[in-house]
Amino acid sequence: MEILVASGTGLLTAVGIYLMLRGRTFPVIVGLSFLSYAVNVFLFSMGRLAIDRPPIISPDAPGYTDPLPQALVLTAIVISFGMTALIVVLALRGFLETGSDKADLDASSVPDGPGRRAEGEAAPRGRP
Amino acid sequence: MSQWIIAPVILPAMTAAFLLLALRHHLGPQRLASIAATVALLAVSLFLYDKAAAGGPFPYRLGDWPAPFGIVLVLDKLSATMLVLTAVLALCVVLYASAGWDRRGRHFHPLFQFQLMGINGAFLTGDVFNLFVFFEVMLIASYGLMLHGGGAQRLKAGFQYVAINLVASTLFLIGVGLIYSVTGTLNMAHLAVVVPQVPAADQAILKTGALLLFLVFATKAALVPLHWWLPATYAGTSAPAAAMFMIMTKVGTYAILRVYGLVFGAEAGALAEVAVPFVLPAAVVTLAFGAVGLLGARTLRDLAAFAIVASMGTLLIAIGLFDVPGITAGLYYLVHSTLAGAALFLLAGIIALRRGAMADRLAPAPAMAQEDLLGGLFFLAALALVGLPPLSGFLGKVLILQAVEGTPSWPAIWTVILVTSLVMTLGFARAGSVLFWASRDGAEGEADAGSAGGKAGGAPSPAAEHPVLPVIAVIALLALTVGWTVAAGPITHTLAGTAVEALDRTAYVRAVLAPETRFAHDGGTTAREGEAASRSATAEPER
Repeated sequence: MEILVASGTGLLTAVGIYLMLRGRTFPVIVGLSFLSYAVNVFLFSMGRLAIDRPPIISPDAPGYTDPLPQALVLTAIVISFGMTALIVVLALRGFLETGSDKADLDASSVPDGPGRRAEGEAAPRGRP
Repeated sequence: MSQWIIAPVILPAMTAAFLLLALRHHLGPQRLASIAATVALLAVSLFLYDKAAAGGPFPYRLGDWPAPFGIVLVLDKLSATMLVLTAVLALCVVLYASAGWDRRGRHFHPLFQFQLMGINGAFLTGDVFNLFVFFEVMLIASYGLMLHGGGAQRLKAGFQYVAINLVASTLFLIGVGLIYSVTGTLNMAHLAVVVPQVPAADQAILKTGALLLFLVFATKAALVPLHWWLPATYAGTSAPAAAMFMIMTKVGTYAILRVYGLVFGAEAGALAEVAVPFVLPAAVVTLAFGAVGLLGARTLRDLAAFAIVASMGTLLIAIGLFDVPGITAGLYYLVHSTLAGAALFLLAGIIALRRGAMADRLAPAPAMAQEDLLGGLFFLAALALVGLPPLSGFLGKVLILQAVEGTPSWPAIWTVILVTSLVMTLGFARAGSVLFWASRDGAEGEADAGSAGGKAGGAPSPAAEHPVLPVIAVIALLALTVGWTVAAGPITHTLAGTAVEALDRTAYVRAVLAPETRFAHDGGTTAREGEAASRSATAEPER
């Protein structure tokens, strides 16, 4: 089981990091989700891998599983879920406003020259 | 008394909920409530500082669970200092925002209060996982504040900011998991006791965890090479948000000081001072990077953002010494750079507003209203941030130079600090002359060209149209910097006491754990299980 969990965590992390390094927002978000899954599995295994053990004190239990990492994972899931929702909305708004889903700050972010606005320029770049 | 320790977290949380639920559509009462709550927060923080200055660290046990099992908040001089600084900064920022910035987007004041809750919690907590939770509270609110007002560029910068912080949060969790897997605790005081006893076989795991945490804190503190998010974010957001973010980089610094001065401090056995070799070189490079970036700035906010990167470098050079003179100088400089940096960002906001379409670009433009006043304020803020006499930036740098003297690499550090001061002076002088002196020429040119029908930029509007509150906020921040300079003697004396206490591992551990030693013995062999169970129970309300 150790090998399964360890390789699973490793694979999720590798996929997450690869996608995160892409240049467009959607793969980045998927990569971040993979990364947060990897972390959740990783946190679980930090309490040691135990099967069929109770997490609370019971007189006839042969042993216990550590419940704290499970509480940590629950917190981490809630937070990463909220963050993912936020970043999806952010990416979508960014796409709708600029017409591009590039994750980097592109040319439109460069401060315009002094006279650009004054010359009654056309619509901002990236819009039809 | 001890009940008051939780107040800096509860008060903003309740205020934010109240603002959202009761006053959602009423901006006027929202402003009043938000300002009143911030004033109350300042009063509470001052009260707590007074208490902390009188005695050693005070723990507050959430749900009254005994210390290593439950979550504790710890009030000591260091955290109380940071609380007061946060409240002072928050008051200036909320006054500034109430003059009209809060109308540009929705829910400015609730987000602002939630961010205060997260920042105060991060300063108070004595538990590493709880630190993560408060970091997240602070960040979630900061995402909202960062995007306040909208705009395409802000969305793009916001995406990067959120993505980088998500990665940092992931690293934080991995680091916390690694540390927990070896030590079985996340309470900072308990960790300080357990870390020296970790068997040699597990030390590599613990070291990995500790250094991953350091990466996270270094990201928050914008240490090179993890600083890339800062200029884009700070320059991309609105002025009040950027000013409030000044304290967020300090949260990273505080966490570095807390975790690596206390848990992995000089007495941590094989893992003593695990992060120390990295802080000082990274800080020196950060300072150099900030100064060079400042020369290349094309807008005033870019300039301010790179000045902040440079000041974080200076600050971490002092903190990175991890001794009493270093931390004393660091704390003095920390307060100074927060106030001066916030003043510069707020000033940049005012200037951008008054120059119309030119915003804060460093290029000649028609003269703005009240140019002499703003120019004077800019001059003061620039003096403070660069570290020229007579303001506190100069004293802070002198203290840091004195603290560094005697370390093996002090000639190099002195050279970098002094040369970057010169480079930053050049950058600020260039920006100031373009903004305030070249503008006159621009205005004359404008008058000549005016008859030709060329309408460049927004015409400067009369001073009466401009709200006076933002200017007062800037003046207040700069006045505080002046006060910080005038009272430098007694302040450094007090801060030296704070630094001694911050590095005093024994007193911290005794204050947090002492009443619980009896309980731990009662628990006997089931202590690990009991600890885990009680911790998960106390973790419940935090979610």
